[in-house]
Amino acid sequence: MALTENDLRHLARLARIRVEDDETGPMLAQLSGILGLIDQLQAVDTRGVEPLAHALDLEQRLRPDEVTETDRREQFQAVAPQVEAGLYLVPKVIE
Amino acid sequence: MNLATTSLRQLAQALQARQISSRELAEAYLGRIARLDPGLGSFITIDRERTLRQADAADARIASGTAGPLTGIPIAHKDIFCAQGWLTTCGSKMLSNFVSPYDAHVIEQFEAAGALILGKTNMDEFAMGSSTETSFYGRVKNPWDPTKVPGGSSGGSAAAVAARLAPAATATDTGGSIRQPAALCGISGIKPTYGLVSRYGMIAFASSLDQGGVVAPSAEDLGIVLNTMAGFDARDSTSIARPAEDYTAQLDKPLQGLRIGLPREFFGGGVSADVERAIEAALQEYERLGATRVEISLPNTALSVPVYYVLAPAEASSNLSRFDGVRYGWRASRYEDLGDMYERSRAEGFGAEVKRRILTGTYVLSRGYYDAYYLQAQRVRRLIVNDFKSAFAQCDVIMGPSTPSVAFGFGEKTSDPVQMYLSDIFTISVNLAGLPGLSIPAGFGEGGLPVGLQIIGDYFSEARLLNVAHRYQQATDWHARVPALANV
Repeated sequence: MALTENDLRHLARLARIRVEDDETGPMLAQLSGILGLIDQLQAVDTRGVEPLAHALDLEQRLRPDEVTETDRREQFQAVAPQVEAGLYLVPKVIE
Repeated sequence: MNLATTSLRQLAQALQARQISSRELAEAYLGRIARLDPGLGSFITIDRERTLRQADAADARIASGTAGPLTGIPIAHKDIFCAQGWLTTCGSKMLSNFVSPYDAHVIEQFEAAGALILGKTNMDEFAMGSSTETSFYGRVKNPWDPTKVPGGSSGGSAAAVAARLAPAATATDTGGSIRQPAALCGISGIKPTYGLVSRYGMIAFASSLDQGGVVAPSAEDLGIVLNTMAGFDARDSTSIARPAEDYTAQLDKPLQGLRIGLPREFFGGGVSADVERAIEAALQEYERLGATRVEISLPNTALSVPVYYVLAPAEASSNLSRFDGVRYGWRASRYEDLGDMYERSRAEGFGAEVKRRILTGTYVLSRGYYDAYYLQAQRVRRLIVNDFKSAFAQCDVIMGPSTPSVAFGFGEKTSDPVQMYLSDIFTISVNLAGLPGLSIPAGFGEGGLPVGLQIIGDYFSEARLLNVAHRYQQATDWHARVPALANV
């Protein structure tokens, strides 16, 4: 299926990636190539085949609901772009 | 001590026998890196003082008689593993300011063993690539020919070991990122069974496929390192609880009666003649060692690439949504509001290939396409797993080329992503099935460039795979060949 520039802009919006006007041409061409590759799957007969998420049949482990982590907020926030009083700062979202 | 010809096992013996100290060893490797790596680009970060402090601690431990097999050995780590106090970039501008506040499970295991962190190696951005050309930190040259790529995504780890700038390096493999660069750089590399090595602190790309492993000159050295690296970790929900195993215990077992499955789809069309010749010679060597050939079929091999390029981008688009310029990583300097801050931070922080994969993943997961792409890919994934199950009813291991050709040139495949993707055709299906696979050097092809033999085993057969590789390496010396530039 051919991807349009509008489709690309919609995807970029969903993915929260800004795309500049001069980038759309090459991106469209390359994404169309990738979609051409994955479109091969449409021709495969998979009637009666269950989707497989994981090769080994694993069960989700459960653990007791106990605190296992220590408070390392200061270390973790040391790598943040902007923090104040233990809070991450972002542009105002509510007027 | 000539580091170009000394194996990790021999280094460990020299340390235990006090013929060399860990500090001397670390200084020797750091010296090689300082001399040779400016021309190779295999490391992103070196921290001499930190490494030497670890070396002194290791020397004290050796002196106190409590050393283990890796105590005092310097190991290079792919820059995808978080190491506390070390810049951990994952090859991306997005993490160009990220000094990790914690250790990956793998790093903890090496610390407990007394190994040193020699440095952090270059890689394709977020492990997305097959040539290390998508790294934000510059190209890595193939030590055998500086005009060729080292493969990827673990290209820095593979090039560093090939040039003997490290006795071993960690790596990760989502679609071939250990086996393909190991093959193109003429070294050995193992991707264990999915779940054997913890993914905790290993920056996520495609979580149902990502698996940590090792590159080193020989299978024996892979086994020694894997003994430390593997192990259950409750913080990785897919980590597998199994009794500890010694991956070096079976190395010398004779190969008499070994049934080698040769998938029809891995030979013939699509493999270059020089690679095919080298693989055929390796198979004849295995016959001399007592193995027999069994023709098998993995009929859905060609579909593994499209399946992968649905599932891996889908998982990546989800995993990489965490990079939003709020808690860590790159934040744009100018923006209008919160949404604009996300969009600009991600546009500036991610490179072109990462954006392509995120957009592809967003597409296949979006409304109206989920069933047609994502669920269909998961169904074909089951067909691929079933192919392997039938194959292993007829043979003990599967062999074939690791790559369709020897190392290619810079820029040769960057303009067409699909061409780049197809260079992983022989490795991807192994990740989809979660099986262990390794690549070992099996001679040279065009331009004197290395050829890799891939050996695939059934689940949890790592010890057997290493045995099969080791016996070949006892009979041949391809793994001991080093590129000219390493002979200093």
